[in-house]
Amino acid sequence: MRWRRLTGNRLSLAALCGILLVVAAALLAPWVAPHDPDETDAEATLSSVSLRHPLGTDIYGRDQLSRLIHAARVDLLVALSATAIALTLGATLGALAGYRGGWVDQLLMRAVDAIMAFPAFILAMGITAALGNSTANLVAAIAITHVPIYTRLIRGEMLKARETEYAEAARTVGNRPRQIVLIHLLPNCVPPLIVQATLAMGFAVLTVAALSFIGLGIQPPQSEWGQMTAEGAGYVVSGEWWLVLFPGLAIMATVLAFNLLGDTLRDVLDPRMRGVR
Amino acid sequence: MTELLEVRDLSVQFDTDEGVVEAVDAVSFGVRAGEILGVVGESGSGKSVNALAILRLVRPPGRIVGGQVRFEGEDLLTLSEEEMRAVRGARISMVFQSPRTALNPVLTVGRQIARLFELHRGASRRDARRRTLEMLTRVGIAEPERRARQYAHQLSGGMCQRVMIAMALATSPRLLLADEPTTGLDVSIAAQVLELLRDLGRRTGAAIVLITHDLGVVAEVCDRVTVMHAGQLVEVADVRTLFARPLHPYTQALVRAIPRIDQDVAMEPIPGAVPSLLMPPPGCRYADRCPRVLDVCRRERPALLVAAPEHEVACHAVEREGAVAIR
Amino acid sequence: MGFGGYLLRRLLLVVPTLAGVTVISFALTYLLPGNPALVKAGALATPDVVREIERQMGLDRPVPVQYWRYVSGLLRGDLGESSSTGRPVLEDFRQRVPATLELTLASLLVAVALGVPLGVLSAVRRDSLLDHVSRLLGVGGVAMPSFWTGLLLLYVFFYLLGVAPPPLGRLAADVTPPARLTGLYVIDAALTADGVALVSALHHLMLPALTLGFAVMAPLTRMVRATMLEILESDYVKAAWAAGLPRRRVVYGDALRNALIPVITVLGVIFGFLMAGNVVVEMVYAWPGLGHYAVTALVTKDPGPIQSFVLFVAVMYVFVNLAVDLLYGLADPRIRLR
Repeated sequence: MRWRRLTGNRLSLAALCGILLVVAAALLAPWVAPHDPDETDAEATLSSVSLRHPLGTDIYGRDQLSRLIHAARVDLLVALSATAIALTLGATLGALAGYRGGWVDQLLMRAVDAIMAFPAFILAMGITAALGNSTANLVAAIAITHVPIYTRLIRGEMLKARETEYAEAARTVGNRPRQIVLIHLLPNCVPPLIVQATLAMGFAVLTVAALSFIGLGIQPPQSEWGQMTAEGAGYVVSGEWWLVLFPGLAIMATVLAFNLLGDTLRDVLDPRMRGVR
Repeated sequence: MTELLEVRDLSVQFDTDEGVVEAVDAVSFGVRAGEILGVVGESGSGKSVNALAILRLVRPPGRIVGGQVRFEGEDLLTLSEEEMRAVRGARISMVFQSPRTALNPVLTVGRQIARLFELHRGASRRDARRRTLEMLTRVGIAEPERRARQYAHQLSGGMCQRVMIAMALATSPRLLLADEPTTGLDVSIAAQVLELLRDLGRRTGAAIVLITHDLGVVAEVCDRVTVMHAGQLVEVADVRTLFARPLHPYTQALVRAIPRIDQDVAMEPIPGAVPSLLMPPPGCRYADRCPRVLDVCRRERPALLVAAPEHEVACHAVEREGAVAIR
Repeated sequence: MGFGGYLLRRLLLVVPTLAGVTVISFALTYLLPGNPALVKAGALATPDVVREIERQMGLDRPVPVQYWRYVSGLLRGDLGESSSTGRPVLEDFRQRVPATLELTLASLLVAVALGVPLGVLSAVRRDSLLDHVSRLLGVGGVAMPSFWTGLLLLYVFFYLLGVAPPPLGRLAADVTPPARLTGLYVIDAALTADGVALVSALHHLMLPALTLGFAVMAPLTRMVRATMLEILESDYVKAAWAAGLPRRRVVYGDALRNALIPVITVLGVIFGFLMAGNVVVEMVYAWPGLGHYAVTALVTKDPGPIQSFVLFVAVMYVFVNLAVDLLYGLADPRIRLR
């Protein structure tokens, strides 16, 4: 039993290291990438794993490792901005709904219900298609589909807090309970928000990749993991495996790292949510 | 009198992240045919684990590490799992606390009783159904046909416990283990349930082990009592003796803690809490709470010794005073 | 209140949800940039022509009026036209729904057939090797993009082993589709005893169903394992052991029957995953379903089909969730009889 706890910690440590590695790669891309991502090597087009090109090259002879490293920037940036926007907007709306109650609450919650009536990826697809392909639109699409998570979370906490002792205590000393709730609530909301945001990061990376894979979202020549997979897809049936394997591995490792970290954070910060997902 | 069940040196441990917990530590006692034996102690004293261990139902991370459980002459701990299954629910059955959650929510209560007749008595579906209705009537449930078709959540707590008792006694076991059967029930309902247990036990000749933390319950229905503290058995006596002349300091504290209406004496809470069972010290586990503690108490575990006919106690202090005739 | 009341309450809830869905879908179709009149008129149209088309399409009217026209159009089955196929979107849909349905059902079958037993065994033999493997799959499965697993499976089973067909649709090129009864090739071929088509259909369905099934298996296994673990510790399972019921009956009768009730609730979420996964997997295997149609239309700058697809999926999703809730009510007497 003890070793399970230990491996649990070791796993989350590995997850944290993985995330730091991807973040470092993204930040330092121009310096750590062995080649320019757009530089073509005419002597080594569609070449497999080699010393010169550790992860092989594509049809134009571009170095895949360098492209993967540069793609990390796009994937992380989109996922991070979408998550940050969704968290801010969602939490604010949730607080507003819980604080004001009444018709504001009704209206906001109906809107949230409507968004949640769509499978998230499908809605993101519709929004990107409607807004047009651009990085900003991709961020907007993912952010919108993630807003309800935070709105519901904060609103739920607000409603719960209203029934608690400090709200009661505030009432007895003549304070307006809602104000007190708002002040005392924030620290209570931070742990579940962190947990949700971490888990949502993983989901956002998957969504960016999948949207770009089907041609929505990030467009060539800018490199993005899902879009790189799409470019390599045609070569899988003729045996050029590296064009698909590595971008996919990058996606999986990143998503896995965020999920594992999120799970651990949930166990540590927010034990009552354990096993909910 | 013949011993129906004889437990000797039964020990149960739980492997936890922090270490080994000795939940039941070398407990020995006997149950005689047809009697009602009370097992009392605070929560965490190992009473329930003790009962589960008799049926070999301790689940990992818990395990039975030693001892014997002789039932009608055979040691249950040596039986195969298959043989054990023929004992459970047929020759020894169990009534759990919180009757509502001990009934399967998606099966009608009738079905839950009927399947025991099918399983243990090889009854046909029809026959099992008829006997189920009989059984429901016997435990005092009105309109048995209608009730049999209902689910646990549609019945009151008291009614659920009656159903549990019907299940437990359906196959006329020789021994019934009742684990806090009245917890969570109204006082008046609890009294009815106890009455029913005693009555049915008498009529079917089944012995009952009644696990409870409530000495009032014990006084009302039990013939004999064993007192457990922190996984160890500290005193065994018939009911009258136990209340009139408790020997172990812990039992004395328990008896004093009973609120009395007839006397103008303040109820005394027992000082301290049940000690941690995590790698406990070698001596008496009551030592840290005991007003009569001696040096030897912390070093050596006191043996269970005969103090008087029908009265055994495990306490160095009592032994010192010479009240104990060594067996 | 009986099940009838529950049914009625749940049915009434569908109305506002559908209203919300159509509002969002309307906004995506008409209100956002990418003026549909511009699209319809084509790149070379003069501003006058565009205005004329706008008037024809009612785009100059107040928004509520436009919305009303949109919804009443939907109720008549008007999903707009596809400029790439030049046909009503509804008709194109009708042709492609069976392919998507076949893939979805096959994937669901794969996921349930593998995921539920794995979750149960994993809970019963907690901390065994099998449990560790299943938990690894549970964590890893949700992190793998399904387009990637699909492509890897293709590489292994088509390129390396040569046992899978090329990713070019639902049947081999030289096989004629079975007579159309349901539109699901596997079922139609089986019903008409068309052996050749059946084998080819199953052969082509194999990898896509495995890809998508694997993707949704992870949350299912996780859920089954978690609820089974909880239920195996419950009082009534303890009581079942104490009553001497055989192990199989306790685990698969008493425990699993109760564990499947919460599992029903994730079926809705799983359907959502399946619809999202469909789009991607259909692209990988050139599976001629709805997702493939919508995405292909988009490539030719034809946003109509994709918005209709989004709406269609959302409406399906609402009704699947309704069905899930009703099923839940039927399975759990505590809800049915409340």
